[in-house]
Amino acid sequence: MASRRDALRWIVGAPLLARSLAACGGATPRAPHVQGELLGQSLDVGHRVRDLGQPGGPSLGDFRGAPEERVKLAIVGGGPAGLSAAWRLTRRGELDYQLFELESEVGGTSAWQETGVAPHPWGAHYLPLPMKENVELLGLLGELGALDGVDAMGEPMGSEEMLIREPEERVFYGGFWYPGLYPYAGASEDDLRQLRRFRAELDRWTRFHDAAGRRAFTIPRSLASDDAEVMALDRVSATDWLAQLGLNSPRLEWLVRYACRDDYGLEPHETSAWALVFYWASRTVKPGHDTRDLLAWPEGNGRLVKHLRRAAGDRIRTGRVVLNVEQSEGGVTLRMLDVTSGRPLIVHAERAILATPHFVTRKLLGLGAGELEMGYGSWVVANLHLESRPVERGFPLAWDNVPHGSEALGYVVATHQLDLDRGPSIFTWYRPLTGRDPADERRRMLDTSFEEWRDGVLTDLAIPHPDLGSRVRRLDVWRWGHAMPQPRVGLLSSASLRRAREARGRLHFAHTDLSGMALFEESFDHGLRAADELLAALAPPATSASAVEPT
Amino acid sequence: MQRLRRPLLFLTVLVIATAGLVYELLAGTVASYVLGDSVRQFSITIGAYLFALGIGSYLSRYVKEGVAARFIEVELATALAGGLSAPLLFIGFSQGKFFGPLLYGTIMVIGTLVGLEIPLLMRILKEELDFEELIARVLTVDYVGALVGSVLFALVLVPSLGLNRTSLTFGLLNCAVGVLSTFVLADVVPKRALLRLRITASAIAVILVAGLVYADRLTTFAEQGLYADPIVYSQQSAYQRVVLTENPHSVQLFLNGNLQFSSADEYRYHEALVHPAFARAPRHSRVLILGGGDGLALREVFRYPDVEHVTMVDLDPAVTNLARQIPTMQRLNHNSLSDPRLTLINADAMAWLRADGRRPFDVVIVDFPDPNNFSLGKLYTRGFYRLLMRVIGPDTALVVQSTSPMYARKSFWCIARTMRSAGFSTHSYHAHVPSFGEWGYVLAMKHPFEPPTQLRVDGLRFLNDATLASLFIFSRDMQELPVRENTLNDQQLVAYYEHEWSLWN
Ligand SMILES: Cc1cc2nc3c(=O)[nH]c(=O)nc-3n(C[C@H](O)[C@H](O)[C@H](O)COP(=O)(O)OP(=O)(O)OC[C@H]3O[C@@H](n4cnc5c(N)ncnc54)[C@H](O)[C@@H]3O)c2cc1C
Repeated sequence: MASRRDALRWIVGAPLLARSLAACGGATPRAPHVQGELLGQSLDVGHRVRDLGQPGGPSLGDFRGAPEERVKLAIVGGGPAGLSAAWRLTRRGELDYQLFELESEVGGTSAWQETGVAPHPWGAHYLPLPMKENVELLGLLGELGALDGVDAMGEPMGSEEMLIREPEERVFYGGFWYPGLYPYAGASEDDLRQLRRFRAELDRWTRFHDAAGRRAFTIPRSLASDDAEVMALDRVSATDWLAQLGLNSPRLEWLVRYACRDDYGLEPHETSAWALVFYWASRTVKPGHDTRDLLAWPEGNGRLVKHLRRAAGDRIRTGRVVLNVEQSEGGVTLRMLDVTSGRPLIVHAERAILATPHFVTRKLLGLGAGELEMGYGSWVVANLHLESRPVERGFPLAWDNVPHGSEALGYVVATHQLDLDRGPSIFTWYRPLTGRDPADERRRMLDTSFEEWRDGVLTDLAIPHPDLGSRVRRLDVWRWGHAMPQPRVGLLSSASLRRAREARGRLHFAHTDLSGMALFEESFDHGLRAADELLAALAPPATSASAVEPT
Repeated sequence: MQRLRRPLLFLTVLVIATAGLVYELLAGTVASYVLGDSVRQFSITIGAYLFALGIGSYLSRYVKEGVAARFIEVELATALAGGLSAPLLFIGFSQGKFFGPLLYGTIMVIGTLVGLEIPLLMRILKEELDFEELIARVLTVDYVGALVGSVLFALVLVPSLGLNRTSLTFGLLNCAVGVLSTFVLADVVPKRALLRLRITASAIAVILVAGLVYADRLTTFAEQGLYADPIVYSQQSAYQRVVLTENPHSVQLFLNGNLQFSSADEYRYHEALVHPAFARAPRHSRVLILGGGDGLALREVFRYPDVEHVTMVDLDPAVTNLARQIPTMQRLNHNSLSDPRLTLINADAMAWLRADGRRPFDVVIVDFPDPNNFSLGKLYTRGFYRLLMRVIGPDTALVVQSTSPMYARKSFWCIARTMRSAGFSTHSYHAHVPSFGEWGYVLAMKHPFEPPTQLRVDGLRFLNDATLASLFIFSRDMQELPVRENTLNDQQLVAYYEHEWSLWN
């Protein structure tokens, strides 16, 4: 039994486990009646990319005599980045392309599922309303019907049905739920003073414009300043930055830790201070204004994926894992396997966009030392199908519900955006595996059994919701091995990250990893940029093609 | 006894922490039960309790000698104050006007006492444990106690014991722990004090047991005290507390303590709700009512012979069953809920509109409770009115009950403004309903229209053509004023409503 308890301690953290153990007379919640599944990306398929050319793995020799196809343009990867590139090509009238995706569905880390009482996310679940400068993304949202006029500052407003309905968020603290995220209850005068000081510092960065008139922090990153003063923030950790400002209030430290783990799956001492400030400053129009409203859908950013997917239509080919990409005279050769049959296939294209995570791109191209390398954290997401809602104490159920003192991040409610306030629901629970060596955590995540995850999730949520266990009908668990790139100190200002975005011959690159942070907006920006580069390179020789095509 | 000393003292901490949280939850529940469920109400209660805990810990430094005896005294005082808290609050509310001071007074007293207990106990234990271990253990047990308290409260106590008995039972438990402490701490408390403490404890126990024996009578007495007239029916539904009272002249329905109607003047409310819309709509064959489960608006609707079909969507089956089955209600609503032309649906109106709101109706009547929380407030948002557009045709007349233009002027005009922002043309109007005061409605159509001047029905008690026209005239103190609109993502109306009604209550 010791190992089960170890697993629980690892999932919920020692202090919380101690509390619930003591409360239940030494036993933790066991819910054998709750059925569910362990889910995740197709690991064995992914490993074929890793193992190409290794003993036991596939080899290039397997492709001898494989069927060959020709297509003008190829996109590898059907996450938001690849789909955005496809959307751009379609809207520009370039229809001669194919998109190859390893999984049986597109979406990548914005995956979702449509079973139970409401569609629910497995990964990305919201999008802040873009500011007016982000013209391209506003175009997409316009197509989606997510916009509704502009406000007094000329900033776009969201459509009421897609903005998060009030109440948006709440925090469980000292036995009760309170509105908002910051635990105000019982905060001392010094806590509040430090909170104001922290806000003033964020305001300073919101106000900042460089000599060229660019803001310090924007979404997407590509519009932001690279002024030395701003980039200096990338050389300190969030923890050190707070210390430099003399901020040490436990409540503020909690808020900052929550933000780092929620956005980047990192602990504050690992996170670049630039990334921390970015989180708030890039979403605030002017000092003194609230951060931008959030758009959310029951299926999370799956709504955006569905829209992009429609534009690509039958040019999407799922269940194709690309193992190797090679440039030859006049073209690109992509070697891939049909995942279901295991049969090899060779595709020749004039040009290609690699919209794969950077660690995959490295394998596909056989990149070596000296090229960008980045770390990835693991995440676990659970969807809890509830028969009825738990009894509430304090502020009512919100879209995002965060228990203070938990190692997880709480849960979002899939029925919230459907305006359903009663009856069955689905809670999506998030837990970034931070703190220790990412590889160890990843291994441990994969070794942990369904029963351990299930009981761990229920133990974690038993503090705010002691009656939850009896209301859960089903609980599924998704494990993300390479969930997000980690914006550790120094990555975001590194030359290697900048170089990784540049085209190589007939290959163009698009993925959120190229921003060093995982955000839909960044994927979209890279997808469009890569598509535009490619279209420019295809343009007749009258325009100077050589400028975009360094061969 | 001495061997068990430490475990017993930790048991004491556990009971104190559990009981402390239970008393707090009780006060919060009683407050929201008798004052209506509002987030603000709840936050204030918690804030006061946390504050009092702080005062308690602070005061503990002034206890210089006889710590053990003081500790037991504080325990016994908690037993008495906590044990009697729920019955006291109920009786206080039903008898007097000073519920606020009583509520916060009770919370402050209990909070201060609980806040005193832990520091005193730590000082007693300090002699026996090293400091860090002490803090760790006491805090753990304290947390556990709070957890046990909240679990018990939600799952076991309130459902099986009810509020009064829960309160009294925990008082007794507290008292028992006090007595136990007189034995565990016998070596550090003077003999004479021990005797005094045990006698006090017995007296408190007698009071609490007596309370338990009479708890049932107390409950009816207390609940009865909330209402001016005898209760003829009361039920806790999945959504709310439903209470019907009756006196020789009239019947009243209360939901969560809020008056829904009094038979003495409900005809004014319901005639004003239904007939202007019917006067405006050219056809009446298909009618939709959202809310209105008491069947009284429906009674007015069935005055029109050209009504062929009515769909009513009301959340709570407890209310619609009451209205259909209880003779008093049948008499009032003329048995309208058993009319074959009615299709009754128990569902959330917003969910129903989204799923099934397809064909336009000729007349739509929207009669929801006032927007005092987010899940009611959403039924007054632009998003809701846009959904409502699905059942509005070019000639459909829509009416929305929209709280009091006198007591909640901003709230009242906020609703009209929100409806206009969703694309409706509106005319606001009001009527005097003595049980409620000045009450307001919004009449709306898809296209600009003139207010109705001629009723399409005879034999009303309140309205005739002249009064109909006068409803649309507002005195200066109720006229439109600038307000923000109410949206799903920013429920301005709930804020207006809370603020405005708090000025009158
Ligand atoms: C738990 C979690 C929560 C998140 N929440 C949010 C949020 O709320 N808001 C937000 O904006 N972002 C969020 N994100 C970030 C999210 O990563 C991005 O929003 C976005 O999904 C990234 O898209 P992408 O296309 O750049 O990359 P990916 O989503 O990684 O897509 C890459 C695609 O390439 C495919 N692929 C990989 N290798 C191959 C191969 N060899 N051959 C063929 N195909 C291949 C993959 O299967 C995948 O579909 C979250 C991420 C996680 C993990």
